[in-house]
Parts: sequence; C-alpha cells; structure tokens
Amino acid sequence: MTKSAPLKVTTPSDREVVVTRVLNAPRAMVFDAHTKPELVQQWLLGPPGWTMPVCEIDLRVGGKYRYVWKHADGRSMGMGGTFTEIVRPARIVATQLFDEDWTGGETIVTTEIAEKSGKSTLTTTVQYVSRAARDAALKTGMTTGMEAGFERLEELLQA
Amino acid sequence: MKPSGYNLDATFAALADPTRRAILARLADGEATVTELAEPFDMSQPAISKHLKVLERAGLITRGRQAQRRPRKLEPRPLAEATDWIERYRKIWEGNYKRLDAVLEELKTKQKKAVDALLEDVKPKPKKRNTK
Repeated sequence: MTKSAPLKVTTPSDREVVVTRVLNAPRAMVFDAHTKPELVQQWLLGPPGWTMPVCEIDLRVGGKYRYVWKHADGRSMGMGGTFTEIVRPARIVATQLFDEDWTGGETIVTTEIAEKSGKSTLTTTVQYVSRAARDAALKTGMTTGMEAGFERLEELLQA
Repeated sequence: MKPSGYNLDATFAALADPTRRAILARLADGEATVTELAEPFDMSQPAISKHLKVLERAGLITRGRQAQRRPRKLEPRPLAEATDWIERYRKIWEGNYKRLDAVLEELKTKQKKAVDALLEDVKPKPKKRNTK
C-alpha cells in the first residue's frame, strides 16, 4: 500500500468549494480517468455502498453526460450536465445538476489538471449559482453536534 | 439533530476574506483588543472594525465585558460547523481519490506492459542465437 497524498478542501469565495489533490500519474491518464465511462465508474462513487451503473459521457463542447449511482439498499441518485469547455488533457468545464437538485440550482464544475515530473495536480472547483444556492447545499451536507476541533480550525485558516 | 441556527452562509462569507481569516488566527491564540488586532495589518482602525463587525455578525467572535478594552474573543462553534461540513466533503473525496489512485496504477501497469511488448518486438534477437 502506498500512502496517499493529502487532499485539500478550501472555500476561496462564498460561492465556491475547491478540492485539490496530487495524483501519481501523467495528466493524460488523469484526463482519461475523468472522461472514459469504464474508468469513471471505477472510482467516482462517493460514500461506501454506492456503485455507478449508468455513466454516459459525450465528450465534446455542448455534449451531455449522465451519471446514476445506486446503493446496495435500493436508493439511487442521478446527476448530469453539459460540457462547456474541453482542453485535453488540461481542463474540463461542465454544468452539473443533481436530479433532486440538492445544490439549489445548477453548479459549474471546473476540473484542471497540471503536470510536473510525471505527477498531476488535480484541482476541482465547484461554483454554485448564488450564495443562497450554496447555503442550501451546505445545509443538506451538514451534520451537527461537533466540537471545536482546533486542528481543523487551523487547517481552514491556512486555506 | 437540527442545525444550531448559525447561518453557515454568513460564516463562509466571513471566512472568504484573508484579513478576517488572519484576525481569527490571531484570536485563536487568545483574546485581543481592536488596537492589538489592527497592529499587524497595514489598515486603519475603522477598517479593522468593519472586518470585526462582519465576524461578529457571523457569530465567529464576541466582545469581552471589560468596559474599556472590550477584547474580541473567538467563538469556536459556528466555525466548527463550517469545518465539519468541509470535513465530510473531504472524506467523500478522499475515498474517491483513493480509488482513482488504484485506477491510475492499473493504467500505468497496462501502459508499461504494452510498451514492453512493443520493445520486445523491435528488439534485436538475443546474442545466444548468433553464437553458433
């Protein structure tokens, strides 16, 4: 087992969430892993228990994509959108909307892949349509009853 | 459990500014007066007070009781709610990216095998054969 690189999550503005991660592979491969259905289905699964039986990607500007996840207990969740920018192997911009619309409207997801000596830095930016939209998304994703946690505070402040 | 009523939107808006994050970082070390908080920044006291007001409205800081100094104090709870959400988000993505690591390793192995096979094809015949 190799130990995995740290993942960074930041909120640079009130409408955005940014996730950054270094991957030990050239960016052409990382790009493929994001755009070839048979590869996407292997990793873009979210919390444990979910699989992705539907993964359709029409990789061109104006083309659509559609993902459907299923949980072992019968629940399912769908999402899709349209590609607005494709620069292989560096950048993908697409709109994104969950069937249940728990993000309070369409979001814009920008995937950027930079490469340095064989390693790729992947930056995913999710931009919500408005502060209100993100607020709605935040409320959905929220749990309560946590404690202060100053290490996490520090992490956030350094962001 | 229901959310505690803090406005996460206000929390994130307050955190979106680097000066305000620096102020919170300073207050994480202990309470401080407006003058003390203004010191490290190239900013007027009114400008700092404006930032403090935003932080206060978001519930991130409160004022102490000492009449004259009125030191500002960090309120950890709303920040914890914001970081908790980020933590959940982080965990989900950590899981995704660990699987992506495995996918990429497999692709690299496949590519290496393909390259090796190609090289094998173009390689000159082993010397052994020629030493007859």
